[in-house]
Amino acid sequence: MNRLQMAFEHNQPPRLIPFIMTGDPCLEATVDLLLELEKVGVTAIELGVPFSDPTADGPVIQAASERALGQGVTCHDVLQVGKMARQKGCKTPLILFSYLNPLLQYGLEKIVQEASEIGFDGLIVPDLPYEESETLNQQCKQYHLPLIRFVAPTSKQRMKKIAHDAQGFLYCISSLGTTGVRQAFDRRVETFLQEVKELSKIPIAIGFGISKREHVDYFSQFADAVIVGSALVKKIEERSEKLVHPASRPSALQEIITFVKELRK
Amino acid sequence: MNPYTRDRFGEYGGRFVAETLMNALFEVEQAFYKAVEDEQFHKELKQLYVHYSGRPTPLTFAERLTEYAGGARIYLKREDLNHTGAHKINNTLGQALLAKRMGKKKLIAETGAGQHGVATATVAALLGMECQVYMGAEDVKRQQLNVFRMELLGAEVIPVHSGSRTLKDATNEALRQWVAQVEEAFYLIGSVVGPHPYPQMVKYFQRVIGDEAREQCLQKEGRLPDDVVACVGGGSNAMGMFAAFLEDEQVRLHGVEAGGKGLDTPYHAATLSKGRPGVLHGAYTYLLQDAFGQIKPAHSISAGLDYPGVGPEHAFLKDSQRVRYTAITDQEALEAVSLLCRYEGILPALESAHAIAEALKLASQRTKEEVILVCLSGRGDKDVETIRSYMEEKQS
Repeated sequence: MNRLQMAFEHNQPPRLIPFIMTGDPCLEATVDLLLELEKVGVTAIELGVPFSDPTADGPVIQAASERALGQGVTCHDVLQVGKMARQKGCKTPLILFSYLNPLLQYGLEKIVQEASEIGFDGLIVPDLPYEESETLNQQCKQYHLPLIRFVAPTSKQRMKKIAHDAQGFLYCISSLGTTGVRQAFDRRVETFLQEVKELSKIPIAIGFGISKREHVDYFSQFADAVIVGSALVKKIEERSEKLVHPASRPSALQEIITFVKELRK
Repeated sequence: MNPYTRDRFGEYGGRFVAETLMNALFEVEQAFYKAVEDEQFHKELKQLYVHYSGRPTPLTFAERLTEYAGGARIYLKREDLNHTGAHKINNTLGQALLAKRMGKKKLIAETGAGQHGVATATVAALLGMECQVYMGAEDVKRQQLNVFRMELLGAEVIPVHSGSRTLKDATNEALRQWVAQVEEAFYLIGSVVGPHPYPQMVKYFQRVIGDEAREQCLQKEGRLPDDVVACVGGGSNAMGMFAAFLEDEQVRLHGVEAGGKGLDTPYHAATLSKGRPGVLHGAYTYLLQDAFGQIKPAHSISAGLDYPGVGPEHAFLKDSQRVRYTAITDQEALEAVSLLCRYEGILPALESAHAIAEALKLASQRTKEEVILVCLSGRGDKDVETIRSYMEEKQS
């Protein structure tokens, strides 16, 4: 059993998978944040690679991406952050999250191999749909790095083939639109999640727009884990300055962790 | 088999989009393939081309410009005489008609300078559809007149404040907004870029340029042109023109990118000359990017060429060497504007002026028996203010 499977096995619901943008506001803060999130007992952590043109993301993650790019963060840095966290004893599954182009320019095989060796537990590529993923999927299989796939309410008849050889967990998109906070969700999402659950042999996680405890509770009835991105990234953004300075970082981290804890009380 | 069903041009193209959009792309694809086979669709589109846009556009022999260049005979395919002043309408009429057949009530478009936005707003008004145009905040500021034109036509213009606030970012935002309204809205892409089927579909609707020009050249000269020249931003007018000549091996094809302040500076939009393959806006193609895969801003005096990507079929045609791609600087394009104004009484769009400038270089190297066909993709009224401020800057 790999680290990701174990995390789903051992953690009790509601299971949380936070997303953070690497290097927002600085690489040191990201490493510390990973270690703090581990203490809360999250099921996995998505570690974002910034990209200049993040078309699947709403304004909050776009802005985080711009800030990280302002810091000059590259794929290499994201791998190093993972490595550092592992060296400091982090055992939580880490998922590398990147748009395709930064990976392509780094070298697909190279990044899959390095991520796997460092101890990443999965890879998510939001602009790589099933039909385009054969090459990367082969490489991910070769290096035992699960390629995590998306299903959306609009996937319809494609859902079956996506679920068929999915690895790690299935990432269910809650509703149409980009990442970012939503006020309410269409009730049809329940049917969608039930359908995915039936097709899937692996855990299913739901993301996009999940920002508060009521959402986490609601979705935990239908999904094995809940992904929280923009809401958390916003908390980080609000504490940018405090996070940059080592003296004020611990208190900022605690505020962020309090928010995460409250999501699953 | 319908050749437009190919989703790859060699290794280029594809559908690199979020999962949420995949089904929408397949629906557009199916509707497009069906339309290609449907007589009634062709009839409706032809009707609009002829009675609304004013097709066929003329092929003008540029006699005085030919004399000036002192070589090959230069012919201009007059896409500037289309309704709304450029070739863009060929594509927006086609796609909007398709959207209507699909039962969509709303069109979403991105625009740089505003030409594609105006062409989309125009067809939305014509067909009674809603229209949202995404435009970089920087471009909104630079192209106030086109913003007002779109609003007059009943479209909603939404400024985009992310990234470099230009066409690239407007395209990002249009894609995002399409994801949010994917069931009601049709995304009307303005060039041969984006995920399949858009590069094929836009080529299909723009092909009328090349088909007409080929026929007109045969009529006037009794033979095919020796060289065909068109400007390339995303590359829709060039693709439409080249499509009719790709099989004619003796016809040399030239795609002209924006050289900006020079290819040895960072200020250009010469994606094919200076870029590397990667993935942006749904396609694998040449891009202006840094070593880490971050997209670099493009620069050109002409907003329509100011894009860090290019249509995937152009990437293929470059690698296969069927088309020669070259670049013309801002300065050379401005000189071409002046020349075409003074020798032919035609004010070209800054985009098209890049093609004119390259054609002049080629013509002077060719014999008087040879024929050069240039795609004059749009008229320059929209650029008068830009041209004037550059000329004033130069004088001061």
